[in-house]
Amino acid sequence: MVGNSAVAELRSNRLTLVGAIIVGILGFVAIVGPTVVPYDPTAQDLSNRLQPPSLAHPLGTDQLGRDVTTRLVYGTRVSLGIAIAVTTIRVVIGTIVGLVAGYAGGWVDELFMRLVDIQLAFPGLVLALVVAGILGPSLRNVMIALAIVGWTTYARVVRGSVLSRKKRRYVDAARLFGTPRRRLFKRHLLPGVINPVIVIATLNLGTVVLATAGLSFIGLGAQPPTPEWGTMLAGGREYVRSAWWIVNAPGVAIMLTVLGFNLLGDGLRDILDPKQQARVEEV
Amino acid sequence: MISAEYIAYRIGTSSLVLVCVSVLTFGMMYLTPGDPARAILYHQTGQQPSAEAVTAFREEHGFNEPFPVQYWNWITDIFRGDFGTSFRTNRPVATMIVDAIPATLELAIAAMVVALVVAIPTGVASAVYRGTWIDQASQLFALAGVSMPNFWLGYLLIIVFALHLGLFPVSGTGGLSYLVLPAIALGTGMAAIVTRLVRTSMLDVLDAEYVDTARSKGLTERIVIYKHALRNALIPVITVVGLQFGFVLSGAVVIEIVFQRPGLGMMLVDAIFARDFPVVQGVVLVISVLFIVTNLLVDLSYRVLDPRVELGGENA
Repeated sequence: MVGNSAVAELRSNRLTLVGAIIVGILGFVAIVGPTVVPYDPTAQDLSNRLQPPSLAHPLGTDQLGRDVTTRLVYGTRVSLGIAIAVTTIRVVIGTIVGLVAGYAGGWVDELFMRLVDIQLAFPGLVLALVVAGILGPSLRNVMIALAIVGWTTYARVVRGSVLSRKKRRYVDAARLFGTPRRRLFKRHLLPGVINPVIVIATLNLGTVVLATAGLSFIGLGAQPPTPEWGTMLAGGREYVRSAWWIVNAPGVAIMLTVLGFNLLGDGLRDILDPKQQARVEEV
Repeated sequence: MISAEYIAYRIGTSSLVLVCVSVLTFGMMYLTPGDPARAILYHQTGQQPSAEAVTAFREEHGFNEPFPVQYWNWITDIFRGDFGTSFRTNRPVATMIVDAIPATLELAIAAMVVALVVAIPTGVASAVYRGTWIDQASQLFALAGVSMPNFWLGYLLIIVFALHLGLFPVSGTGGLSYLVLPAIALGTGMAAIVTRLVRTSMLDVLDAEYVDTARSKGLTERIVIYKHALRNALIPVITVVGLQFGFVLSGAVVIEIVFQRPGLGMMLVDAIFARDFPVVQGVVLVISVLFIVTNLLVDLSYRVLDPRVELGGENA
């Protein structure tokens, strides 16, 4: 039994390492990549349309003769940028709501948690779809829609953690000694929240990449000629028969990114927050 | 058994959520930047509408009434089965929805079947042969399945099975052959999630005392696994599968576009682009109702199925 769990731990750590490496490479590509690639991501070259992979174009060219590798590299920056922005907004809103609801209790808590229930009563992606659609198709509106949809998980986790900490003696004691509320939050309530939030946020980065690509694929997110993975996939769908690389290059990129964040998130959970159960995927 | 009181309570809260959802659904139109009437007319004609046209449109569609009155008219009409008329096609929205629902439900159910047929054996094998290559392979599958965008998987399937092997049609609706690839594309993500869940649940159960008891009675491992362990392991799985219904519906939107299946999802996306608000509102409301009702049924049936809830009441 001991041997078994040690093996399991080793394997999960190895997978975590793989996840960290994938995420590290993606981050590097997003930051440095665009300065290295030789082509312009939006420059059309109609005489070189639909060229299969070659030395000059390692992943071929697309329907407008643009270099797929270059667009993929720029797309990394777009996807990661949006994922980080959306996740940050979710974390901030969710943490504030969770802290306030858990600490205040009473009707404030009741109000916020009913709000969370209502939010959860919509299938997330459908809500995001409608919000993004009605605000108008653009990457900015996709960000707003995804931020509105996804903060509830954080609010619930943070609230739960605050509720369980609030009851502890040392928090009571601190309150009785007249610790200012700001300090009480910062010193006693927030620390218990940080680890689960880091874990959820890491997994969330992957789901946001997936959702952004999905919405852009439908046409509600990034607009052509922006080099975004979902948009690239949509652009290539007419050509799956003759030019399979246009669709598959961004597909692989999305999958690797999501895989990286999933592996890293699962590993971080084992390390930081072992009690937490695997949660059902949400948008 | 579950008490009538609990059922009444759950139905009550679900209805309340439904009311809020309907207000939100109706109110979404007012999120549109600027004047919705102007936006709709602009979309229909492709040019800036005249002030008279906007006034007439507002008058005709009751936009001048206060919001609560508009909402009340909308929701009471819906209870009479009138979802309004599409701005774009001039057809009754209710008819459009009724026409589109079968294609979507067919896809959603087929995807769930695919997910369960793949996930249950894989998850059980993974737990029973924990730590072996079988376990590792199935966990790898689960990881890949969760990380793969379903619309890309859709195109992969089209490229391989429709274009190269010619086994299935590329797109459209029709017989069962049209359903296979979309159902696999949509079901794989869920299969991955359920595989993980079956594995965890099965491992928990295999460690439980009653399984030890069954083993010590001299029952064969086969009977222990299938009769005692699997049945109990599936209870939490049912809940998650039910709750995944919303996830499947969302996914169906994208998959319908990949495979050009005329269902609710395609209708919703078309309507969003055309600013056809009655259709958007109707479809979102229908999807939310389906989602809320499923969650309610799942919650109630879980309480009926889970023997532990029964035991609590019987003072065992």
